[in-house]
Amino acid sequence: MVSVRDLRVTFSGGGKTIRAVNGVSLEVAPGEALALIGESGSGKSVTLRALMRLHPPRRTRMEGEIRIDGADVTALDSRGLARLRGGTVAMVFQEPLLALDPVYTVGQQIIECIRTHARVSAAEARQRALRALEAVRIPSPERRLAAYPHEMSGGMRQRAMIALALSANPKVLLADEPTTALDATVQIQVLILLRELQRELGLSIVFVTHDIGAAVEIAERVAVMYGGRIVEEGPIRTILRAARHPYTMALLQSRQHGMDRGQRLQTIAGSPPDLSALPPGCSFAPRCPQARAQCLEAVPQSVALGGGHRVSCVLATEPVAIAQAVA
Amino acid sequence: MTDAMTDTLLNADVGGPAQPLVIARDLIKHFPLKSKLPWQRGGEVRAVDGVSFEVRKGETLGVVGESGCGKSTTARLLMQLIEQNRGELIFDALGVGSAQLPMKRYRSQVQMVFQDSYSSLNPRLTIEESIAFTARVHGISASEATARARALLDRVGLEPTRFAGRYPHELSGGQRQRVNIARALVLRPRLVILDEAVSALDKSVEAQVLNLLLDLKAEFDLTYVFISHDLNVIRYLCDRVMVMYLGKVVEVGDTETLYANPSHPYTRALLASMPAMDPDHRTLVAPLAGDPPNPINPPSGCSFHPRCAMAEDVCSRRAPVLSDALAGHPVACLMANAGGGHSRQMPAAASPLAATI
Amino acid sequence: MEMTLTKPAALPVVQRSPGYWTTVGRRLLRNKLAMLAALILLALVLMAIFAPVLMPADPYAASILKRLKPVGTEHYLLGTDELGRDMLSRLMLGARLSLFMGITPVLIAFAVGSALGIVAGYAGGWTNTVIMRLVDILYAFPSVLLAIALSGTLGAGVGNALLSLTIVFVPQIVRVAESVTTQVRNREFVDAARASGASSLTIVRAHVLNNVLGPIFVYATSLISVSMILASGLSFLGLGVKPPEPEWGLMLNTLRTAIYTQPWVAALPGAMIFLTSISFNLLADGIRSAMEIKD
Repeated sequence: MVSVRDLRVTFSGGGKTIRAVNGVSLEVAPGEALALIGESGSGKSVTLRALMRLHPPRRTRMEGEIRIDGADVTALDSRGLARLRGGTVAMVFQEPLLALDPVYTVGQQIIECIRTHARVSAAEARQRALRALEAVRIPSPERRLAAYPHEMSGGMRQRAMIALALSANPKVLLADEPTTALDATVQIQVLILLRELQRELGLSIVFVTHDIGAAVEIAERVAVMYGGRIVEEGPIRTILRAARHPYTMALLQSRQHGMDRGQRLQTIAGSPPDLSALPPGCSFAPRCPQARAQCLEAVPQSVALGGGHRVSCVLATEPVAIAQAVA
Repeated sequence: MTDAMTDTLLNADVGGPAQPLVIARDLIKHFPLKSKLPWQRGGEVRAVDGVSFEVRKGETLGVVGESGCGKSTTARLLMQLIEQNRGELIFDALGVGSAQLPMKRYRSQVQMVFQDSYSSLNPRLTIEESIAFTARVHGISASEATARARALLDRVGLEPTRFAGRYPHELSGGQRQRVNIARALVLRPRLVILDEAVSALDKSVEAQVLNLLLDLKAEFDLTYVFISHDLNVIRYLCDRVMVMYLGKVVEVGDTETLYANPSHPYTRALLASMPAMDPDHRTLVAPLAGDPPNPINPPSGCSFHPRCAMAEDVCSRRAPVLSDALAGHPVACLMANAGGGHSRQMPAAASPLAATI
Repeated sequence: MEMTLTKPAALPVVQRSPGYWTTVGRRLLRNKLAMLAALILLALVLMAIFAPVLMPADPYAASILKRLKPVGTEHYLLGTDELGRDMLSRLMLGARLSLFMGITPVLIAFAVGSALGIVAGYAGGWTNTVIMRLVDILYAFPSVLLAIALSGTLGAGVGNALLSLTIVFVPQIVRVAESVTTQVRNREFVDAARASGASSLTIVRAHVLNNVLGPIFVYATSLISVSMILASGLSFLGLGVKPPEPEWGLMLNTLRTAIYTQPWVAALPGAMIFLTSISFNLLADGIRSAMEIKD
């Protein structure tokens, strides 16, 4: 359903060139959920937005191939792009207050999306909007149709945004940290909702997050990003229990989950890379406890380890010498 | 008299080890809402609605809750950045703001680290000046204050020769938070309030800062009040946890006990809402429906009853009291209140220290 | 940990980043348009200061025979006005009063307005309400109308014109100052300063001023051109500078009728006003852009 090959996204501005994404390749099958995990600066949000070509065209340079439902996204003209957005691919953002237009009611925004992608009467569109709100389990959906975004609570706004995204029946849902800003009890509701909608509608989901727990709830497959590249990907169980890339292992080990009080946490030395001055070779090498000379020279190739598990590390081919952190 | 001696005298222990460092009694803070007509009383946001707790010396007390629970307001009340409408605050057996403990002395013993590392620092001052300012306010000389600032920068892992002359926008989020921590320590306080201090940081940076906080606590003999929405961090860092809901405390207890066997229905739901870490055991049903309510018009009786799975009629009529019936593990629920009127009692399994209710 | 409290002999040398204003200055220097405007203004100021030395002729020497000579006349490079006085000399000397009347009211209004606005913004509550509502009363009048009304009441003359212009600008600056101060006051570093026990006065001095004066100053510089035009307008109406003192606005007035016979000469004072206003505006714009340092 979604196929990305060697995507590179570069931003230019203010005299600096920021290489946000440096050769990302991934595949998402129909009805599959993939989680993109990474910290700030890893390129995960940029990758997501590139799938719908949301970046300002003047400052952005995109290279590589992106295919969604067979269509080549990079080659679409503006009409094709308009049909793609909402009709085939839709996006849910982190902060609904910013993503929803404050001067229109939720109903008006959903109806607008429906009528952009299908020629239906206003009454029919309203019925569909109502059903969209029911699908996301919003209480009293008729009242919510006439509500403005700021009149709703955080959880309901997020549901409304999901309803808006799904109103034109897309096949792919892109989610950019949709639950990060929500309270814990609301977050789990939205995660479960997304999971159920995915099953009911057969959606493909690309879910960007920095929270491994959220990824566990939603996704069957995980791709870990660092410095604009995917360093490891595979089925979620494999990644949690048998990660091979030093960054993934360090990330899993630095969580507080399962640590005893008073015990020092494992940390990753150093700080995230400067995307305008990336080192040659593996982007994690400067911070990697197992880095070798060859790591700094060339970007490691992606090695298949079987069962859909791929790692971009020179150590991948060597026997595991370090004890694995159990999830 | 050197400054060190003055400091130690100012921040000396008064009440002894058994005396709680902070006692908060029935704190109430309501924010009035503007009404449409000038003679009409508008509603009010009942941000903190009768909160009592204590902070023991040398512990890390965690405060958890969702939006609208009042934890940030409680932090500000503790810091006396805002004044409570009612209720008292006692610091080491002395009343805060009283003649024995005037406000400025109190402030030299209690400091706060905020969530937004960038807006907590004056963008026009170098970080050294920002840290030294706190010391200068309390009469420490400029050169001494600068020396302290540099020593603390070094202690939090920011090399003074490289960082002291920099401005906040030149540092990363994690580095800025270290600066904020250094600033909080310049007066050698006894209590540090951390209001979502690590929430905005990346996980790997968060781990570094948490390690730093652990080290500093031991070295400087600090007491922490740690406010967060992240239940994993709370479990890792805190000795005791206080759970808040809609301006009230619903449960307080030892961390391990609370996490293993939460008593209050809200605590149960909150802990069950943590995303699963095991793909084979995903969460199937959300423990709680709906959103956290608005503190403007709290429900009658027990403020949690509209969402509580075990609510009964009496719950909408009678507000529970934070009872200490479970010896050292106060819970605000009618099931735990003697004579509460609820048909069920707090399950004995909920507390290993099963007391007679 | 014991902090060594022996005063060190000399604090070790520390890498200092360029301060905020240094960075602003550097960015401004790179802005070619703003630098051009600054150069023009510098030239005008120098011209005003050294006018007595630079003037080719006596600006007050009138001669009916030589009235309204065109541009390029021998000895009278820019022609003569309706009383036969040398335009070039009058324009040069006129720069003094015109610039003075443009800058001074804004300077005074900046001082007074900032003080009032910062107090209103920081104190909040009743203080804020009283100050802002009083300012609102003055603000309700259009500037030109207010300037004319005040000048008319106080009478003509430079001093009175300065006073009325200052009164016109104070409310505008108070508004900006109050708004910026309120924003700064709500930032967490002010809370942190309060949490450290500092008094309000200390906080304003150490934390508010250095964040607030910059934006107010930029706003004030954009008022200079308005002030010049208003002052010229007042002189034009006979409410400001009195003849025979050269001032560009007054010169525009007295040369009004000459527009049919010597349009180039009559337009010259207006051209000077235009040039000066635009240069101030461009410079102010440049400073504002330079101050928007994206962190």
